[in-house]
Amino acid sequence: LLDFIQQVVGGVALGCVYGLIALGFVLIYKATEVVNFAQGDLMMLGGFFAYTFIDQLGLNYWIGFALAVLAMAAFGSLVERAIVRPILGYPQFSIIMVTIGLGFALRAVVGMIWGTDDLRIDTPFSSGVVHIGPLVLAYDKLSVIVATILLCGGLWVYFNKTRMGIAMQATSQNMLGAYYMGIPVKRVFSLIWAISAAVAGFAGVLLAPIAFIHTNVGFLGLKAFPAAVLGGFGSIPGALAGGLVIGVAETLSGFYLPEGFKDVAAYILLLIVLMVRPQGLFGLNLRKKV
Amino acid sequence: MRPIFQTDYDQDIRLMRHRGYWWSYGTLLLLVLLAPFVVGSYLQSQIVFVFIYSIVGIGLLILAGFTGQTSLGHAAFLAIGAYTAGYMQRLGVPFLVYLPLSVVLSGTVGALVGFPALRLSGIYLVIATIAFGFIMEEVAARWESVTNGNDGMRVKPIELFGVTLGREGYSFYYLCLGLLILVLLLGLNILRSPTGRAFVAIRDSEIAARSIGVNLAVYKVVAFSISAAMTGLAGCLYAHKLSFISPEMFTLLLSLEFVIVILIGGIGSLHGAVLGSIFVVMVDPFLGYLKDDVPRAIGKLAQALGASNAGAVQDTLSAIGGAAGLKGAIYGVIIILFIIFEPYGLYGRWLKIRLYFELFPLYKKATFRRQKTYLKSERNR
Repeated sequence: LLDFIQQVVGGVALGCVYGLIALGFVLIYKATEVVNFAQGDLMMLGGFFAYTFIDQLGLNYWIGFALAVLAMAAFGSLVERAIVRPILGYPQFSIIMVTIGLGFALRAVVGMIWGTDDLRIDTPFSSGVVHIGPLVLAYDKLSVIVATILLCGGLWVYFNKTRMGIAMQATSQNMLGAYYMGIPVKRVFSLIWAISAAVAGFAGVLLAPIAFIHTNVGFLGLKAFPAAVLGGFGSIPGALAGGLVIGVAETLSGFYLPEGFKDVAAYILLLIVLMVRPQGLFGLNLRKKV
Repeated sequence: MRPIFQTDYDQDIRLMRHRGYWWSYGTLLLLVLLAPFVVGSYLQSQIVFVFIYSIVGIGLLILAGFTGQTSLGHAAFLAIGAYTAGYMQRLGVPFLVYLPLSVVLSGTVGALVGFPALRLSGIYLVIATIAFGFIMEEVAARWESVTNGNDGMRVKPIELFGVTLGREGYSFYYLCLGLLILVLLLGLNILRSPTGRAFVAIRDSEIAARSIGVNLAVYKVVAFSISAAMTGLAGCLYAHKLSFISPEMFTLLLSLEFVIVILIGGIGSLHGAVLGSIFVVMVDPFLGYLKDDVPRAIGKLAQALGASNAGAVQDTLSAIGGAAGLKGAIYGVIIILFIIFEPYGLYGRWLKIRLYFELFPLYKKATFRRQKTYLKSERNR
């Protein structure tokens, strides 16, 4: 049983990272009806920014962390302005392909600038463990869990209690209607991309002590899709819950099932969910009106 | 330019609209038939890849371009075709049997994927096909008794009527060409038949299609199956062309490459599949050129101009050209540029040029402007 709990905690930490990436998908999808396939690569970029600030420039960890998140926010709104806005309103296929293209380009450019070696950052959580009874929990995993909870709480308050957050919800429900009501839709889009990229950067920095900083970290983004779908693409708590389910399922199947299941567990789960309940666990079941 | 008079309703759906088509396509066919004797063996081999990619492209166009069901899992169908060929060959089954077998098997799996896909649309379908691709990749890596796992599998040359068709030979070239033409004709005929028109109706509006009596379930599954079958055929040829297959060849990247094929070629017409394949296949030789020849030329130029650091310049350029992941960057940038500036692809560009001259001087840019819709449509489907 101890093994089991240990595995679950590891899975929860991994799931939090998936959840954070999925959160990025969901934020953008909710507000702009765009699925950002480059979310994982944005996360990777966040990790590299943090590496530059903390390791190469020698800044304090927390300052570097904040700078990396800010830089990602700026990058996110730049991306929105440069390549997403010109194609808004076109079929979804175009937008998906553009974000895939962005992912490719980011991975290649980052590889050229920072190289393709494994990099790591020294963080306050890199080593050390907490003993709770017989359980041994590593700081790096705990830090991910705590940070995710804090961030999600903050986002929830932002979306439900602030004026801009409610404007974002309105935009997500009806772009044209929101525009008629005087909501600055373009600014909302920029902002949502900035927030989403910042969340991705946050996840990238948190992931740094667990995984290395490497260009292929972006592929984790593909694992976050099942998380987002499981939670019903468009629900913030759903994304997090989906991430947790995927993370735990993956860790447990890696531990108990034969080799090979770990890599595909998330996708098998995804296919089952899509077949049984396509709107996800927390999704709204909306019907199309003619 | 002489206008074409319509004298018959059938004229709209004829394969060859008028006599000019016979001339232009006949010339093209003649050029392709003569090409292996003119170009070198490297270019010949690249043209064979163009043929194979075109077959996949046609399959994907029927699914994504004409039925509106995007798939990012076509590498899996290619893998099914390739592994069927490899495994059957190992069992001693002749080529004429396992070629149709890989088509049928791939088509069957396509139909099986099509059934769950009925409930999905838009991004969900994309994500589901990605998941399918990953699972198939893992299956190929783990089912070692059939696929040899990660060690990969050797595929011997094709034996046909006691003759060996080497993968570099003329006969393999003509085999691929023949199959491409067959698939092309098949695709064109499907698209001008009621089935094809049903596909297009589904793409344009599912609800409208259903209200005029198109059975969505049947036609979507048929589209998936046809598309997968064509990809399986291409997979069989692909295995023989490469003569070695292993699971890491059939990744998401390959599926993406296929989507890039139709995206760059243009998703409105089967021409797009061929044009896009030429583009995607020729990226590799182009990169090689960028890595070796261009820096050398510039280095020579710098030397001729008397620059002292000519060698350094050449090395730097060569390093940029040879940087790992340059292909990914080029793909990424090209996808973005094409979608923003040339959404109808290379074939769309040709249509625009042709229309410009046909209507000279009355051509208007707005003819090809896409319509934007800001209403919420995708989510409430």
